[in-house]
Amino acid sequence: MAKYLLLKHYRGAPAAVNDVPMEKWTPEEISAHVQYMQDFATRLEGTGEFVDGQALAPEGTWVRSDGEGRPPVTDGPFAETKDLIAGWMVIDVDSHERAVELAGELSAAPGASGKPIHEWLELRPFLTAPPTITE
Amino acid sequence: MTAPVDETLLRAIVPTVIGVLGRRGADFAAAEDAVQEALVEAVRVWPDDPPRDPQNWLVTVAWRKFLDATRAESSRRQRELRVEAEPEPGPAEARDDSLRLYFLCAHPSLTPASAVALTLRAIGGLTTRQIAQAYLVPEATMAQRISRAKRTVSGVRFDRPGDIGTVLRVLYLVFNEGYSGDVDLAAEAIRLTRQLAAVSDHPEVSGLLALMLLHHARRPARTGPDGALVPLAEQDRGAWDIRLIAEGVDVLQAALARDRLGEFQAQAAIAALHADARTADETDWVQIVEWYDELVRLTGSPIARLNRAVAVGEADGARAGLAALAELDPSLPRFTAVAAYLHEKDGDAATAARLYADAARAAPDLRERDHLTRQAARLNARPGG
Repeated sequence: MAKYLLLKHYRGAPAAVNDVPMEKWTPEEISAHVQYMQDFATRLEGTGEFVDGQALAPEGTWVRSDGEGRPPVTDGPFAETKDLIAGWMVIDVDSHERAVELAGELSAAPGASGKPIHEWLELRPFLTAPPTITE
Repeated sequence: MTAPVDETLLRAIVPTVIGVLGRRGADFAAAEDAVQEALVEAVRVWPDDPPRDPQNWLVTVAWRKFLDATRAESSRRQRELRVEAEPEPGPAEARDDSLRLYFLCAHPSLTPASAVALTLRAIGGLTTRQIAQAYLVPEATMAQRISRAKRTVSGVRFDRPGDIGTVLRVLYLVFNEGYSGDVDLAAEAIRLTRQLAAVSDHPEVSGLLALMLLHHARRPARTGPDGALVPLAEQDRGAWDIRLIAEGVDVLQAALARDRLGEFQAQAAIAALHADARTADETDWVQIVEWYDELVRLTGSPIARLNRAVAVGEADGARAGLAALAELDPSLPRFTAVAAYLHEKDGDAATAARLYADAARAAPDLRERDHLTRQAARLNARPGG
């Protein structure tokens, strides 16, 4: 089994096929979209492939150390930041092919007019622990 | 007086108890559930009230759980009557039950991940929570994986013995997963393989057991104090567990004497040759190449060919190793890392540094990536590097 992160971007990903911003959908279309995501997660729990799923607020803060004894420096949010993560799902699957298949399904969540969004999702494999037997 | 429950002893009885319930007519899925419930009760009750005969206690409680679950009062009475008339299985039957359970949990209709989970629960006696923690997934996910696996094998009947190879591959996977949670999967795999060796005299079972023991022996030396990977050549051989090595070598020699070579015996022979060298320089690379030739002949595995190229590089020099490497597909995992190693050995530090950095970017695991990055950094930091 291998774990994969499915990353959904607010922006930074190439344009989706059905590229209408969510605030221009009808409330029913938003509900249908949310329901699709929940059903997807529930189904993956049923197949024993679900690990985690979270959504992130669009606005964040940059933080860095400003040296010992001083409070950290904060900045942002930066409007010009190109890439913005909207949320993620972590899956644990038997193969890369299966991960691609599931990401494809998730990308087809319904959007405006109830049509699939066909948005780009980023699929990133987890680094694992080293195997015991290597030679 | 309370005494902690000996969980290893408790878990060792699990396959036998499932076997007894099966003989009494319980189907596998229900028997397995009932035994899990009985285990939970054992852990609760035994500290204050230890049983005289743990196995009988578990059978009695698991059978009661099974009857409660099936609920139908009439069939319950029938079953109870039948139990009274039926003698407990003898050692030979218990052995057959146990072996059958190994085959069932590794059935070819299961995906590797499902077979692993089912084996750890039904034979290992681990709880779903422990298995979930070991594989870093939520408990609900693991519970589903196990119940799907049980449904998949629910119709399987055993008129013929299964393929021992599928069982061994599952145990190998468990061992290779190592130890990430609070369950030591490597130790658990060894325990289950020992248990299998007690009921099956197939030489490959011994081969796998020897392979595991020989690798487990090196575990204390595999990581530095900072958690970094220590390659074989740099390991403190004084930290190897000589008791495990001696046992692994004994098990392997007995298997090889039977003259039915298989891939696990060949891999164990390679591990034994490494274990036999007091220093890395004393390693008998010529013999190791011969064993890799056997392994390639037995499996045709590209990974075996890649490892063989490393061994050829040690036995016959870097150029010979690079020539062996040139025959392989560069997209193989760890190909670039091997190329880097052989180029450095050949005196080409600049190429090696570049390849180590490439290999680090493609590494599938964190500690290996860090190790390869350090190799690149080491070469880049050399004067003129």
